[in-house]
Amino acid sequence: MGWRLALRPYVLIVPALLLTCGILYPFGLGLYYTLFDFSASKPQPDMVRFENYETVFTQEAFWNSAWVTVLYAVGAAAVETLLGVAVALLLHRSTIVGRVLEKILILPLMIAPVIAAIIWKLMLQPSVGVINYLLRPFGLGGVQWTDTPTGALLSSIAVDVWVYTPFVAILALAGLRSLPTSPFEAAAVDGAGWWYTFRRLTLPMLWPYVLVAVIFRFMDSLKVFDIIYALTEGGPGDSTVVLQIRAYLEAIRFQRYSFGISYTIVLWAVVYLAAMVLVKHLGKIQRKAAEVAAK
Amino acid sequence: MSRTTSKKRLLGWLADAALILYFVFALFPIAWMVILSLKPANQLFSTYFSFSPTLDGYRTVLGDSEGIPFVRFFVNSLVVSLGAVALSLLVGLPAAYASARWRFKGSENLMFTLLSFRFAPELTVIIPLFVLYQKLGLFDTYVGMVWVLQLVTLPLIVWIMRSYFADLTPELEQAALLDGYTRKQAFFKVAIPLVKPGIAAVSLLAFIFAWNNFVFPLILTSNEAQTVTVGALSFLGGDRPKYNLTAAAALVSVVPPLLLALTIQRYLVRGLSFGAVKS
Repeated sequence: MGWRLALRPYVLIVPALLLTCGILYPFGLGLYYTLFDFSASKPQPDMVRFENYETVFTQEAFWNSAWVTVLYAVGAAAVETLLGVAVALLLHRSTIVGRVLEKILILPLMIAPVIAAIIWKLMLQPSVGVINYLLRPFGLGGVQWTDTPTGALLSSIAVDVWVYTPFVAILALAGLRSLPTSPFEAAAVDGAGWWYTFRRLTLPMLWPYVLVAVIFRFMDSLKVFDIIYALTEGGPGDSTVVLQIRAYLEAIRFQRYSFGISYTIVLWAVVYLAAMVLVKHLGKIQRKAAEVAAK
Repeated sequence: MSRTTSKKRLLGWLADAALILYFVFALFPIAWMVILSLKPANQLFSTYFSFSPTLDGYRTVLGDSEGIPFVRFFVNSLVVSLGAVALSLLVGLPAAYASARWRFKGSENLMFTLLSFRFAPELTVIIPLFVLYQKLGLFDTYVGMVWVLQLVTLPLIVWIMRSYFADLTPELEQAALLDGYTRKQAFFKVAIPLVKPGIAAVSLLAFIFAWNNFVFPLILTSNEAQTVTVGALSFLGGDRPKYNLTAAAALVSVVPPLLLALTIQRYLVRGLSFGAVKS
């Protein structure tokens, strides 16, 4: 009986393990492909070792994509964090208006990002879109939203913000509701003002919750695909070609499989590094929050 | 005294106003999509808010008359999302339970490998799969889609269910074992019923994410197994933009996730944060 007991947890994870291997296999295969010059026009590929990666790093297109990706990810994550925390703080006041609106906070987050991009594309259309129509009384009827490089990037970020701000707000609101009450009671007895309480108590204790949201948002927007694909297809020019769009164009549009995968491997390494740094920071922040709560 | 209260009241109003402003931003696109979907074709661009509403857009989209079999795409979305969630539950629940109950070699590795799927760029896996599926005949099939969607549903289900199982005190199951239950019965008759709300919530959330996925069906299907997210985008193509049809298709494809989302509000926090934040 003893050995069967010891084996039980292993038996339980075997199916999941097999499935995981089924997903790891194409990943490994992809990694292997990057060492070759496999493409639709060359189905019998030759080994080229690290040539694909060398080409990636020496291409101007890569550095352009990397820059656009970073701008997008930092911009989207920053705006979502500020807006999401603000919305959470406003909802935490629990006024009648807030309690009603909280019930529908989730809606944009549950819409497929690609559908969200489609909706915004219709609204942002320069000549017949509703946004320019609404802006016309303010003398701003002719904005070329997705037709200029800066406009296209900002519009994409705006769609990301529309979809994902509720994500940050929901996590921050859960954080606000789970904060210990005693530090706040003590501060009230001492006659501390709103700003002091917010800066010295709310923010440090809330920060771990917000940081979890930021980690998710930052890493997800580094690998953005759906929103850009539907809204701008990377254009105009190369202005919104983020790394996953570039990988898609190389691998699927131009059918240079090996080269396309090389792009995603580089992106994967970047996401992994970002995750390591952020998670380490999270640990530090959590300890600090615990100190504040204990005081 | 009265000056500070009136100042406070004014600030309260301003705060509510700011909140309403955000929700206008959040809800207007949805409202506008509804309006656009109800417009007749000849009033698409001539008017904005005054028009004679019609269901023609929906009739066209659901009647497949644009050469886009949208009803089939809808059924496809339903089949592959349900299939993906079912497979993930079948495989993921035992694994989640095992890794919550026993510390053993390999379990943490498996858990972190699963978590890393959540953050891996999808194309890293899809491009090799695109090549592989064409060799294996899995391109544009339900099986191929259910398989690749495990990348979305499995990490979610395993991580969240692990946090639910970890919250259960082992004493309940131990009491059941003392009462003569076998370990299997303790799992099915004690542990599973206690985490049932969690299972329901995470299944719905996993369903929503599978439904909303775009990049897998974009690359790994072409017509037979294509889903609504890709289908809705194809209304934007063609020579003349068919805004009303695009809006109708978009609205039809967001109805299932939106309805489900409203039913799992309470459990969303843990689900969205992979169990990292509990409420």
